[in-house]
This record gives sequence, C-alpha cells and structure tokens, in this order.
Amino acid sequence: MINIFEVNETNKMIEHENLDVRTITMGISLLDCIDSDLETLNKKVYDKITTCAKDLVSTGEAISAEYGIPIVNKRISVTPIALIGGAACKTAEDFVTIAETLDRAAKTVGVNFIGGYSALVSKGMTLAEKLLIESIPQALAKTERVCSSVNVGSTRTGINMDAVKLMGEIVLETAKATKDQDSLGCAKLVVFCNAPDDNPFMAGAFHGVTEADTIINVGVSGPGVVKTALEQVRGKDFETLCEMIKRTAFKVTRVGQLVAQEASRRLGVKFGIVDLSLAPTPAIGDSVAEILEEIGLEHAGAPGTTAALALLNDQVKKGGVMASTAVGGLSGAFIPVSEDQGMIDAVNAGALTIEKLEAMTCVCSVGLDMIAIPGDTKASTIAGIIADESAIGMVNQKTTAVRLIPVIGKGVGEVVEFGGLLGYAPIMPVNQFSCDAFVQRGGRIPAPIHSFKN
Amino acid sequence: MKKTIITVVGNDTVGIIAKVCTYLADNNVNILDISQTIVQGYFNMMMVTDASKCEKDNGVLAKELEALGDQIGVVIRCQHEDIFNVMHRI
Repeated sequence: MINIFEVNETNKMIEHENLDVRTITMGISLLDCIDSDLETLNKKVYDKITTCAKDLVSTGEAISAEYGIPIVNKRISVTPIALIGGAACKTAEDFVTIAETLDRAAKTVGVNFIGGYSALVSKGMTLAEKLLIESIPQALAKTERVCSSVNVGSTRTGINMDAVKLMGEIVLETAKATKDQDSLGCAKLVVFCNAPDDNPFMAGAFHGVTEADTIINVGVSGPGVVKTALEQVRGKDFETLCEMIKRTAFKVTRVGQLVAQEASRRLGVKFGIVDLSLAPTPAIGDSVAEILEEIGLEHAGAPGTTAALALLNDQVKKGGVMASTAVGGLSGAFIPVSEDQGMIDAVNAGALTIEKLEAMTCVCSVGLDMIAIPGDTKASTIAGIIADESAIGMVNQKTTAVRLIPVIGKGVGEVVEFGGLLGYAPIMPVNQFSCDAFVQRGGRIPAPIHSFKN
Repeated sequence: MKKTIITVVGNDTVGIIAKVCTYLADNNVNILDISQTIVQGYFNMMMVTDASKCEKDNGVLAKELEALGDQIGVVIRCQHEDIFNVMHRI
C-alpha cells in the first residue's frame, strides 16, 4: 500500500514545485463541416466544436478535484482551417469569419485557446492556403483565443521559401495589426518546420488530417519538480544526474497518462498521446533555465548550455516514454524566453542571445519561442530567421518553430508585458546585416539527401 | 473498491483527528488505515479510506474537507489513490 512518504512526495511536487498537467487538448476534426456556402460552413463549425467539447472544461475540473492535481488549461485543436475553408472562402476576409466563429465557439465551451487556424504549405501553397495566410493578421487582431500556425517545411519536402518570405511579412503585419496590445497577435502565431499532427500545446496545436474524429491529447509539465530533484545530486557525475532526471520525468509523465486516460474515459473520446514536454511558466520555480543552472551553468546561455539542454531533453524522453502508452506532440524541453523567468534573467544578464537560442533549438523541442525583437525589424530579416530555424528542423528531422514578436514602437532594452502564461520579455537585439537578396530568390529549398529513405 | 487518500498537514492541536473522523463518519466514509508522523514540527497524517458508500462525489468531499481544514487551521487534501499509485508503483 502507498505510504505516507510517497503521498507527501507527490503532494510536495504539486504544492511547492508546480507539478501540474499543463493542458488537456481535445482535437476535433472539422473535415465533415466542409461546405461551399460560407454561412453554412460557419454554423457547422460552431455546432461541431460546441457539441464535441461541451463537457471538456467541466470534465477537466472534475478530474482535477478528484485527484488533487491542477489541470491548468483546457484547449481545443481543429483541422487546419485552410483545408476546411477552401471551398467556401474566396477572399481573406471570408477566412476571418471562420476565425471569429472559432473564437465564439471557444468562448462558449470555456477553453482559453483554440488552435488550428493553420495552413500546411511545406511544399507548395494552394489559393486557399495563401488566402488563409494573408488573413492571419486580421484574424488574430479580431479574435482573442484563436491560435494560428503555418508549416513551411519538412524533412521530406524541403523548405517552401515562398511561404517563408510571406510569413516574414505576415509576422510583421500581425505585429502592426495588434500594436495596441504590444503586438500580442504574434504570440499566437507559430511558423513550423516538421509540424506534428498531435501537438497539444499552443500556439502551434492543430488536429492533423491523419487523426481520428476527436481525440484527447495531454501535455504534462514539471520543470520545478526536475529542478528540485536535481538539488539532491549537486556535484555528482553525469550518470547520476541523468538517472535522477529520468526517474523524475517518469513520475511526472505517469500523472499525465492517468489524467489523459481518465479524461478520455469520461468524455468517451479516444486517447491520443501524452506530450512529454517540460513547459515552463513565468512562475518562480517553474523554469527550464533554472534546471540548466542546477546542472551547473551560471546562466542559461553560458558555454555548456547546449550540451546540458541536450542531455536534459534526452533524459526527459527516456524517462517519459516508459510512463506512457503513446507519446507524441513536441515532447522535449521548451525554451520560450518570455514564459520562463530564468530565461528572462539570462537575457537581462547578457548571457543569452538569439544566436545561442538558435543553437539550443538544435537539441530540444520547438525553437525560437516567445522572443521579443525590435518593432522596426525588416520582414526579410524575420524570414531569414524562419529559414534558418526551418533548416535546422529539416536537416535534423525534428520539429522546429519560430514565434517571434516584433514589438511595434519598442526597441532593444525595453520590456514588453503580455500577461498571464505568456509572461513578459526584454526586447532582444537582432543581427542587423541584410538577407534581402537571399529571401527574394523565391522557390523551394529541396529536401535533404537523407529524406530519401524508401 | 475506490480508495481515497486523505492527508492532513499543519500545526498540531487538540481534536484534529476527532473532527476529521466525525466528518468521515457522517458521510459514510470508512477508514481503512491511519498513519501519522511529525515532520519538522508539523502534524502529518494520512488516512486510507473507502468512500464507495459515500453519496457525495470525490470532488465535493475534497472541497468540504478543505473547508473543514480551514476551520481547524490545517491543510486537508482528499485525493483518489491512483495519483499516488501511478507515480510510485510500476
């Protein structure tokens, strides 16, 4: 039988080390809502989401109360809207109406974000996909809870440089369209390479076409738990360190698996995956950067950071994989700047630059995430950064993403406040040399040689 | 059988166990096991209970016990045992 020390250990993780289930995300396929009439389409989309997810929030809260584990977010991901709206939408404005419908549905069922205002254009763009991408700035300015993502490349297809160039402009336009809120719209817009179909985390979640009609995906968290566990092995060798991370990741993931199974059972919806990511929040003690410091770095960004992050990411996966029947999504350590107090401190101390962050993204999940840059950054420069990050993803057969926030009207050294889970960030300097001619070429970067696996 | 783990943590005072047990008896919750320690001066108790005959669901029990804890000045948690089982047993 469970003993008092084990019970205390679990409750200490929950109370003092910010152990929580970060999100229960219900994936909903909207493929059966497709209609050539825009009004009918919007009605079908609204009805399907509000029917499938009507009990999502209450079920999440009931599970949270019964097990005594916080479930921070309840969210929804839907089929990429470019596929759904293609038949009905003739203009970018038509697509914006779907974004507004998604926002309305999200508010009705009480979820805080709905993802899937997306286009998958890793090889080429259809007219509908182009229209959707062009509608993103308005869609994000007119809605509150809609998240958007665009997949611009993959290991199998190469990088769609036309889409990369366009996304450089769209990120900047989104910043301008939401400049009254410190360009908040960009915090809800992710540009991917190798985007996963089953990611439960925002802003990049969408419900891939390979998925079932509805599905439950769960994202666990627990940087604080790992950090506290590592305090016990200070000064010990790497083998001991890795063992401790694995054991802790196992425990954290088991909780995610339990919540996922329970949510799936109560909602009568298939369980998809547990995402093993270490997702930080701005709360004190809930930081991935603090784990890196505990491993032995003065600040995240110091020499050794990439190696420390690589081992952390790998051990989290090794521990987590055994704890869950199916893992997927992004699964790794997140390194968003604004959402992690340790990262913010590292930037303020001058230890962490965009270039070092780029190197770190080679060995962990996602990419340049929640980084505030000066509002006068050129669209081509943003496109160049997206291209670099996509190349890392393409060549390393991993997911990479870019979520940059050019804060209109602010420059290096100033601070931007997003509030809540999105946190705050010091604006980081961007390399000022031009990549205009590179971005202007257009076309596609072919898939790398190791994509030919057949 | 659905087991529920109830933990009580806080400053030691007269009648903590009595009050918790009275509440559980009133709600038809059977106590299967009690263990107690003092950790760093704090009263620390764990009960394994069977709440299958209780008419209230676990969420309601948890809320009411939490409120009872507030009255006595201790923290009372009531959780389904599975959260501990999955974490500590393979």
